[in-house]
Amino acid sequence: MSNPDALILMGCPEVPVQMSLVLYLSGALRDKGIDVFIAGNPAALNLARVADRKRCYLGRLIELERTIADIVEGRRYFGICFAFAHNDAGITYAATVRALLPESKFFLIIFGRNAEELAGTVDFDAEKVVERAVHNPLGLRKKIDGVLAWAV
Amino acid sequence: MGCIEMLKPQVLLRGISFREAREYIESSCDECYHFQPGFRLFGEYIIGVPPIAVGIMKDGSVVFPYTKPCHGTFVLRHRDEAEAERVRKLGREEVMRSLKRR
Repeated sequence: MSNPDALILMGCPEVPVQMSLVLYLSGALRDKGIDVFIAGNPAALNLARVADRKRCYLGRLIELERTIADIVEGRRYFGICFAFAHNDAGITYAATVRALLPESKFFLIIFGRNAEELAGTVDFDAEKVVERAVHNPLGLRKKIDGVLAWAV
Repeated sequence: MGCIEMLKPQVLLRGISFREAREYIESSCDECYHFQPGFRLFGEYIIGVPPIAVGIMKDGSVVFPYTKPCHGTFVLRHRDEAEAERVRKLGREEVMRSLKRR
């Protein structure tokens, strides 16, 4: 059986650790032979394009609203999803995609200054990875490595 | 710019959580229906933690949440009687489906 496609859902890009971890996670998934799709708003997608101009790490970049339309209209399915969230809007997008992909393995990476408080607002089924990370990605990277070891 | 922003809807609330948007719509609108993600409004798939509340006012306005990654959740109001009627019809069907599931 072939590997399922993976979706990395980026939130608002204003917290520095997100882009670093998206590049890291995308590269790690690709190393495992998984096709990676990365969704975000135009600002997040441009940050990703500039950070990895030779596409050593990134998978395919797609606009957030188009990703949701593709899933709803059955053009795309993701067996694994990693959603990044550091604010209520990020949780809202993650909940939307979770509802649209109920059978997928779903990981919610919650970070930023209010990570624990934000994690307490999540009332949908997801494997939560939580760290009060803003500038330093090392703690979250370690937790993501732990997830990758058993989930993928 | 998304289709909804091009409508230039009235902004009733901004910078709130999605839960606050739902509570406002449920308590302030003349009619309120609930939908799952994947529901389309004014040509766009509405983002939201299910159930997503969508309200209708007596003048034919639709009141709904609108979330952007960097700007949080808004509650918007836009008058469109045809869209209000579509929401009402689909909302009632959604209620019937949920009753049958019980």
